[in-house]
Amino acid sequence: MAQQTQTAQQSSKPDTITLRISRYNPAHDSKRKFMEFVVSYRRWTTVLDAILDVKKHLDHSVAVRYSCRQATCGSCGMIINGRPRLACFTKVSELDSDTVTVEPMNNFPIIRDLAVRFDRLFDTHRRVMPYVIPDESEAPPEKEFLQSPKELQEYIQFAGCIKCGLCNSVCPTMATDSKFVGPQALAQAYRYVGDSRDHGRESRLKVIDESHGIWRCHFAGSCSQVCPKGVDPAMGIQMLRGYLMGFKK
Amino acid sequence: MRESTIMKIHYGTALAAVALVAVHVLMRLTTGFAESLEYETVLANYKFIPYVVMLELILILLSIHGFNGLRVILLELKQGRAYEKAVSYGCLAAMFALIAYGSRTIIMTNMGMA
Repeated sequence: MAQQTQTAQQSSKPDTITLRISRYNPAHDSKRKFMEFVVSYRRWTTVLDAILDVKKHLDHSVAVRYSCRQATCGSCGMIINGRPRLACFTKVSELDSDTVTVEPMNNFPIIRDLAVRFDRLFDTHRRVMPYVIPDESEAPPEKEFLQSPKELQEYIQFAGCIKCGLCNSVCPTMATDSKFVGPQALAQAYRYVGDSRDHGRESRLKVIDESHGIWRCHFAGSCSQVCPKGVDPAMGIQMLRGYLMGFKK
Repeated sequence: MRESTIMKIHYGTALAAVALVAVHVLMRLTTGFAESLEYETVLANYKFIPYVVMLELILILLSIHGFNGLRVILLELKQGRAYEKAVSYGCLAAMFALIAYGSRTIIMTNMGMA
């Protein structure tokens, strides 16, 4: 019993890691630099907890965006040890490293430190008309629209998008083409194109069928690899191409 | 033209070019490699009308596919209204120039002017 208690005490004893935080203020810094902080962590400590620990006790000037702390709001996307992840959804212990490096997401302009500007993501998201467009010629229904489970399966995984921007951050085309629609908006275009209640397919396909639209995707598939909600934008893009090529009706 | 139409042409020309180049390679294999490159053999090929038509088709297909590919690469490299217009029309002009020059070579050789 005493041994068990001792083991339990040992496992709850905090370990430490070195947290390397990328610091950059475009107003007066010419380039990014890293600051290192030694922070303690436990089995359940997330990277966001570690950053907030630094902010609270070591350097309150660290800029980070966060809100829900439960992978729902999509605010705390950043590059953690070289891979885009949600800081609130990544435990320090699962990284299996003595050093945790956090950087702002790629392909987004930096506001300061880890906080990035989302204007481009929201602009492209709006452009694909992310809402169900009803048939104007039909009278409004008295009851809710019914969908079969099969019709729901067509798009439901794409409805899980939390607009965290991790897919856009890792997309190679986003890095070179400043006008590219991006995997997030394309996945959302498919979410509504694939919805049996929607009647805006043609107008939505027209938006993405331009020189910086869907055809610029190289199918690297990185977007689907990093999505914390299990959305598969690469598949959505291929489905949309099916509609544009005439394979899907 | 809508981008999907351009991409349909892009994929179509790729498939057709692969098929025709395969025929072209197979025809080269009917004789030994060194023999197939001899001056008289090459000239004789250009006198054989079905083969000439196939070479002309390969030239057109690969020019369309290649220059559209180049257009796509250049559009991803840099953005801007004037730049994009220059790239699109430049690639189109270069494609027509290459087809014209290649066709001239094929026709002249066929007519024994080479």
